[in-house]
Amino acid sequence: MALVLTEEQGMLRDSAKSFLADNAPVSELRKLRDTRNADGFSRSLWKQFAEMGFTGVLIPEAYGGMGLGLVEAGVVMEEIGRNLTASPFLASNVVAATALLAAGTEAQKQAILPKIASGELIATLAVDEHSKHNPRNTALKAEKSASGYTLDGHKTFVLDGHVADLFIVAARTSGAKGELAGVTLFLVDAKTKGVSVERVVMVDAHNAARVTLNNIPVPESAVLGKVGEGLLPLNAALSAGRVAASAEMLGIADEVFARTVNYLKERQQFTKIIGEFQALQHRAAHLYCEIEFTRSAVLKALQALDEGTPTAIGLASVAKAKAGTTVTLAVQEGVQMHGGIGMTDEFEMGFFMKRARVLQELFGDATYHADLLAQLKKY
Amino acid sequence: MSTAMAEKPELKTFREATRAWLEQNCPPEMRKPVTSEDDVCWGGRQWKFSSDAQKVWLERMAAKGWTVPTWPKEYGGGGLSGDEAKILAQEMRALNCRAPVQSFGIWMLGPALLKFGTHEQKLEFLPPIARGEIRWCQGYSEPNAGSDLASLQTRAEDKGDHFIVNGQKIWTSYADKADWIFCLVRTDPQAKKHTGISFVLFDMETPGVTTKPILLISGKSPFCETFFDNVRVEKKNLVGTLNAGWDVAKYLLTHEREMIGGIGDRGAAKPLGVFALEQVGADAQGKVADPVLRAQIAQFEVDEAAFRLTMERAMDMARAGQGNPAFSSVLKYYGAELNKRRHELMMQAGGSDALDWESPRSREGALARAWLRTKGNSIEGGTSEVQLNVIAKRILNLPGA
Repeated sequence: MALVLTEEQGMLRDSAKSFLADNAPVSELRKLRDTRNADGFSRSLWKQFAEMGFTGVLIPEAYGGMGLGLVEAGVVMEEIGRNLTASPFLASNVVAATALLAAGTEAQKQAILPKIASGELIATLAVDEHSKHNPRNTALKAEKSASGYTLDGHKTFVLDGHVADLFIVAARTSGAKGELAGVTLFLVDAKTKGVSVERVVMVDAHNAARVTLNNIPVPESAVLGKVGEGLLPLNAALSAGRVAASAEMLGIADEVFARTVNYLKERQQFTKIIGEFQALQHRAAHLYCEIEFTRSAVLKALQALDEGTPTAIGLASVAKAKAGTTVTLAVQEGVQMHGGIGMTDEFEMGFFMKRARVLQELFGDATYHADLLAQLKKY
Repeated sequence: MSTAMAEKPELKTFREATRAWLEQNCPPEMRKPVTSEDDVCWGGRQWKFSSDAQKVWLERMAAKGWTVPTWPKEYGGGGLSGDEAKILAQEMRALNCRAPVQSFGIWMLGPALLKFGTHEQKLEFLPPIARGEIRWCQGYSEPNAGSDLASLQTRAEDKGDHFIVNGQKIWTSYADKADWIFCLVRTDPQAKKHTGISFVLFDMETPGVTTKPILLISGKSPFCETFFDNVRVEKKNLVGTLNAGWDVAKYLLTHEREMIGGIGDRGAAKPLGVFALEQVGADAQGKVADPVLRAQIAQFEVDEAAFRLTMERAMDMARAGQGNPAFSSVLKYYGAELNKRRHELMMQAGGSDALDWESPRSREGALARAWLRTKGNSIEGGTSEVQLNVIAKRILNLPGA
């Protein structure tokens, strides 16, 4: 498949671009932050977002979605990045939806996917237990009981956890922390007694939560996929999440870069436009290159996951590692080249820097993915 | 889920036919990895084929027009579409087929002639390039006109039906082995520096042309100094308009940059991580025993993969009519820097073995010499700084750039 968007994908991008720029620019995130909004995202915007069909982008038409692919989800994510739009799209409509598509029974899919597609249900993956991502380190215990399982343990960095209706919880049914096998995925209703959720106000003013499951009972039917083999659907969900997060980082990097280059063309110091200084030109040109390489890596990974090519997992790691380092450089240069104003809260540059930091960490940072790549290539 | 767009039936047929033809016609010796300079065929009047297979392979590919698959058939090309050429390249890679010939004529002069040449010039020069019969060199840089190429001083005086050329070129790759030269000369010394330059072609055996190799830090060199002393060049060998040679030169440079940028792509060579594992050894978990080196290699391979995908995307964009000529500077800049980084890491992994300068075991210091050679990547074809200037000016439109 050619590494360019098709006409239909281009149209989807244009509609996401104008919708988000009109309805959810960075100033909306500022408002959510400053008013200490209880949800951390706009419910009314979410409704409109769903009416546009975006919430169903990955979900097959049979379950009420648009039946498109990750390339299309990535196109939406890039625009979300450009505008720093706060929404459960990544957690629910990309990551959770992918887990359900990968491992759900027909009954599970029919019960949940249409609601995710319509935006009325928010689902999220609960995988991390430590400050650094590593699904192998899953320790949350799932013990067999007479009627199903009992889950006991905690999760952290659960995206949109405090507004989620449904958790997809990675738990250990056998084996020890650090081992590959023995992880099982469970569907847990957020209202279950014994589930406590602590909203974490994070640096980027987006949502995440700490979730504690205190010996909660779940029925047999709560198992998503096969017992002890949860790593497969988990990897599918994580790959989708990683590449979607990479697309969001690409959107941020591209937006920040555009703002910075514009500033270089306007700002005067030493009686010159600062964009005339070669020291700044070379750094800008280098950053441009990095963003272009990131764009290729992200698009390729999205396509490869859609096509199910065997190299897709490695390409997802390339995308996540590359996007993580590029967006970091982009926001750092963005602040530095804007000078003092780049440091002010009044200016938006800092919002991008904070969001980039969170996305870099989410589902494994650049060094985690470089290491994964090395493991895949066996060195 | 969206699925891969199934290949159009006619392309699928083309792919199958191409694979079958390659299976039948590419000699087994031409499907082994290139390990020395002898394995590379440059063609030309003085060329001695290293094996019958090398000769046969070139002849068969040239007969199909597949040494230059997208050129028109009347000029010795294969007349293939962009999609077909991509398939040919993919199928050649799948069978590890070597390039039948390497040539500045194919990479650089050909595209410029196709755009700026007259019909007669195309008929005269392109088919021999396609067949690998004439080896070309590039007369661009001069001792005081390197990065500032347009300040070149080699003069061509108008003598009616011909020019008389006097001056000196430097860094002329393979000038001592080339048959013809494509050369920038100053035809109007009074004009501003970009507007008095012309682009001419002449035979290296013309009286008055001499060359002298330049020894480099790698102990070897493809580079020469080239001197012109009253060299007669027929007017019919002027490409493009008189005094407008800079347009031809710039166009050709974008192709040179893509060619040099291509070295950022490791191609069929061994992945760095595997090389390091062989050299440094493995720890108990089977990882490269030097964890810091392993991390550096892993980070390098992320960038390498992103670069390779960008080469692919650039081609796809060009085919979709979304290309930007200045993008060749992006590929040149990053490819050159990546190739330097790769060789630094290889030297690091190789340790003292990599320092061996003269022995059969080290293939006469092949790695060390290759490492030293890469230092030129960010200088030749426009320095990395010049490429960044081009990006700042032509892509980012920064002021005063």
